[in-house]
Amino acid sequence: MNMIDIIEKEQLRDDIPEFSPGDSVKVHAKVVEGGRERIQVFEGIVLSRRGSGTRETFTVRKISAGIGVERTFPLHSPRIDKIEVTRYGRVKRAKLYYLRDRVGRRARVKEARRR
Amino acid sequence: MAKGILGKKLGMTRIFTDEGHAIPVTVIEAGPCVVVQKKTKDKDGYYSVQLGYGNIRERLVNKPETGHFKRAKVSPHRYLREFRASEDLPYEIGAEIKVDIFNKGDLVDIVGTSIGKGFAGSIKRWNFSKGPMSHGSLFHRSPGSLGATGLSRVLKGTKLPGRLGGKRVTIQNLEVVRVDPERNLLLVKGSVPGRRGSLLIIKEAIKSKLTKNKR
Repeated sequence: MNMIDIIEKEQLRDDIPEFSPGDSVKVHAKVVEGGRERIQVFEGIVLSRRGSGTRETFTVRKISAGIGVERTFPLHSPRIDKIEVTRYGRVKRAKLYYLRDRVGRRARVKEARRR
Repeated sequence: MAKGILGKKLGMTRIFTDEGHAIPVTVIEAGPCVVVQKKTKDKDGYYSVQLGYGNIRERLVNKPETGHFKRAKVSPHRYLREFRASEDLPYEIGAEIKVDIFNKGDLVDIVGTSIGKGFAGSIKRWNFSKGPMSHGSLFHRSPGSLGATGLSRVLKGTKLPGRLGGKRVTIQNLEVVRVDPERNLLLVKGSVPGRRGSLLIIKEAIKSKLTKNKR
């Protein structure tokens, strides 16, 4: 195993639940507001996961007040308090960017029977 | 006091700080190095320390080199590099230098050989502008005018295509993010010249305000 992998392994979090694109997640992100830290929940559908090791990130999309909002989080960031998976989705591709062009009922993801 | 060590670039990754910031780092295997020779003002006209680094099979060391290492009573090393100093440094011949000479937060200068790009055109080599690639344009990637006609020659130093990279490059004031003496690792913020596995010379930053204040 090369040194880079070893260094990255030390940084990896082991408390991340298994989830993939199409799943609905609640991301509890730590935000600093006026010198005080609090936890903000960002809930939406996972559009993509990319990268590997400490560089892995995932994108979550939600509709906030009628406007689509996407946030990309580093998966192993210490700024993430926890990730909750609320629903498993059944999708046929790894990147769900087509959801961006869809509105309302068409932008849904079918629920998977079991995982 | 001047500080320096030899190392090998292992590659890049990113690490998270305690505050949660992701910082890009280059991982360097630095040392352990051995002092092979010391030069003094009386004998050589200047002060310096010669360090050896890297394993090498004995078969690959030629006779003059073998003698050089034998004289210092150290095992042969692949690389030998000299570090200039303004005064006599307190290192003995045969002394081992490890990464722990650097601390987290130190600023260092790193010398390496940049990745060779071969024969490169003026767009890649000198950031010239491209011409239009379509719409009937016949001017695509050529360098354009080389100067006035009256001179009847090309001025020296004119930016033209040629060999790019593969040169000695120094990057100054890189911050040491982490030092790992057990595994001889040095993590430095930002990128460093050269390919993975290439030799790097790591020195205390000469221009940094931090080191100036210490003196």
